[in-house]
Amino acid sequence: MSQVHEAPAGVSAPSGSRDLILKQLTKEYATFTAVKSLDLVVPQGSFFALLGPSGCGKTTTLRMVAGLETPTSGTIHLGETEVTYDKPYRRPVNTVFQNYALFPHLNISKNVAFGLERRGVIDVKRQVAEMLELVELTSQANKKPAQMSGGQQQRVALARALINKPEVLLLDEPLGALDLKLRRGMQLELKRIQTEVGLTFVHVTHDQEEAMTMADTIAVMNQGVIEQMGAPNELYENPKTTFVANFLGQSNLIGGEIEGRDGDHVKVRVQGALASIPTDRAHSESGKGWLGIRPEKVLIAETGQPIDAPGDVITGGYITDVSFVGVSTQYMVKMPWGQELMVFEQNTGARRMLPVGTKVDISWRPEYAFLLDASQDAKAGIEEE
Amino acid sequence: MATLDDVASPKAKRKLTGYWLILPGALWLGAFFVIPFYSLISASLFNPKGSPLTGYNMSWHFHNFVSAIDQYHAEIIRSLVYAGIATLTCLVVGYVLAYAIAFKAGRWQNLMLVMVIAPFFTSFLLRTLSWKLILSDDGKVVSFANWIHLTNVLHWVHLTSTDDRLLATPFAVIAGLTYNFLPFMVLPLYASLEKIDIRLIEASSDLYASPIRGFAKVTFPLSLPGVVAGTLLTFIPAAGDYINATLLGDPNTRMVGNVIQGLFTTQGDFANAGALSVILMVIIVGMVLVYVRTAGTEELV
Ligand SMILES: Nc1ncnc2c1ncn2[C@@H]1O[C@H](COP(=O)(O)OP(=O)(O)OP(=O)(O)O)[C@@H](O)[C@H]1O
Ligand SMILES: [Mg+2]
Repeated sequence: MSQVHEAPAGVSAPSGSRDLILKQLTKEYATFTAVKSLDLVVPQGSFFALLGPSGCGKTTTLRMVAGLETPTSGTIHLGETEVTYDKPYRRPVNTVFQNYALFPHLNISKNVAFGLERRGVIDVKRQVAEMLELVELTSQANKKPAQMSGGQQQRVALARALINKPEVLLLDEPLGALDLKLRRGMQLELKRIQTEVGLTFVHVTHDQEEAMTMADTIAVMNQGVIEQMGAPNELYENPKTTFVANFLGQSNLIGGEIEGRDGDHVKVRVQGALASIPTDRAHSESGKGWLGIRPEKVLIAETGQPIDAPGDVITGGYITDVSFVGVSTQYMVKMPWGQELMVFEQNTGARRMLPVGTKVDISWRPEYAFLLDASQDAKAGIEEE
Repeated sequence: MATLDDVASPKAKRKLTGYWLILPGALWLGAFFVIPFYSLISASLFNPKGSPLTGYNMSWHFHNFVSAIDQYHAEIIRSLVYAGIATLTCLVVGYVLAYAIAFKAGRWQNLMLVMVIAPFFTSFLLRTLSWKLILSDDGKVVSFANWIHLTNVLHWVHLTSTDDRLLATPFAVIAGLTYNFLPFMVLPLYASLEKIDIRLIEASSDLYASPIRGFAKVTFPLSLPGVVAGTLLTFIPAAGDYINATLLGDPNTRMVGNVIQGLFTTQGDFANAGALSVILMVIIVGMVLVYVRTAGTEELV
């Protein structure tokens, strides 16, 4: 999350750099288009996360970059060099496979040494030892993959790819099998290695928290297309589609009529109240719209009590559910028009917890709201559990 | 009151069940392995002065082994060489075939497998006899082989005795062995190639292994159980085979199987025949042990 990159979309690489550039990349299977005309620039040396629900085409995209799948159309460049049809073993790209794909007949150190040995590198032994040290598997060096736990195998897969120091390292959910503690540890480790060695990482994950803590840039992918791309906070604060708004964190989406533009704001009438959204956060300027507000941005107070917000106060709600989660309290508030809104309030101790049934008023700071086109499904991207 | 008994008896029963289950197998082994094995060993130690008419004495006559080796070492070596060449040829041809079936055949996979097994639907003898026709002196195969100078090459490497024919030569015998035992090579190879996860081969190419290096470092090592099983299933019966040498060879291509058959049936020399059989068995078991050790696979197939 350290540095924020200039918006990558459409920016062509300055000569000499080795950005990974995908142009209109498409993969069609007999009956199914897994990746649809994908445009993507991953700046050299950045940590790029590809986030999306299961089956949205993440693995397929990585396989095309690795050369294991031939694109139906489109191109892949590394800097100036086109690699679209290069053989996988000729690309400076390595993969940590989703299913590890460790060689069962070779022990752990042989597995890790595989790439170096194929390229005839000297001092393989030392590098393997260092790499095993890094992933904390030194004592397991002579075991076969079948004798290791899932998490250990995953670390071997990571070591086997990382040791080659490829220009681009593709990680297909490399931490999925690890327990939370090990996972946090490996996240930090990965991030450290990435900044230290300056490799380009393309990291596929389901886990939005992982994507947000590790990546410089996140691309949210859905059904074969990239919905939105940008720095984690940018994506979270200003989602452009309902899918992103729901997939990355949670959102309240309230239907409204857009009245039009007024200077650097867009006015929208929501259930009688008039809200103004800054134009850079308004992704629609006419017709019906979804006014979006993150639950932690919603302010709540018992009816009649003052709310510390400059915007309109919406009254007439009452609390239907309260859950206490330690650092915060999560309220469900039933609004007069029947919709239930989520409200997260920090437990600052300023006020006691409001019980179910309490009549409340809500409000928010207009600069935190965003406006989306209402032609989209308001429930897109909500993970059914 | 009955508690002790109730607890104890199911255990005892379970123990007995194990033995009952082993029984059919043990009877089978006793009837068809131990007894013949015993009678073969004792035949190899018969006094050679006996005959099928007068009967034999089991006289711990160890000299039978010396005389058998003395008289028939040429046939023993020839058998091992022919079986060895046939096994290697089977391995090369069978590997290509099994690889194609496992990885390249797509929807033709089942058809190709059936075609590998199809020869078994007709008799071994009949198929070998028909090779006699195919390789006959005035046949098309011979004239084609002449035309491409294959016959000259074969003569030059001493696989044929003249430079214008194929039948009744070592080449014909080895070709017959190769043909007849090829399915025994292909099937285990196919079984172990088919089990290989394609993603491992992808991983090897992702890690800079060209297709050839990838084959040498990943595919072939993973197919080793099939290679071991296939070579054993080919070599062992080929070394003891006498049909191919009888039908496709001449007196100069006699294999140890032919000798044993002759000694048992026409010459009635049970002592020497028994000794020769035991020698062949010991050689093969010895070779197999060394081979399996070096190939380093505990798990066959
Ligand atoms: N060989 C194939 N033939 C047809 N469809 C395929 C093939 N491979 C993948 N697909 C389809 O393409 C889509 C994308 O698959 P992909 O493996 O890229 O998903 P993913 O985003 O990696 O999902 P996950 O997070 O579950 O790993 C899926 O709907 C899948 O069913
Ligand atoms: Mg995947």
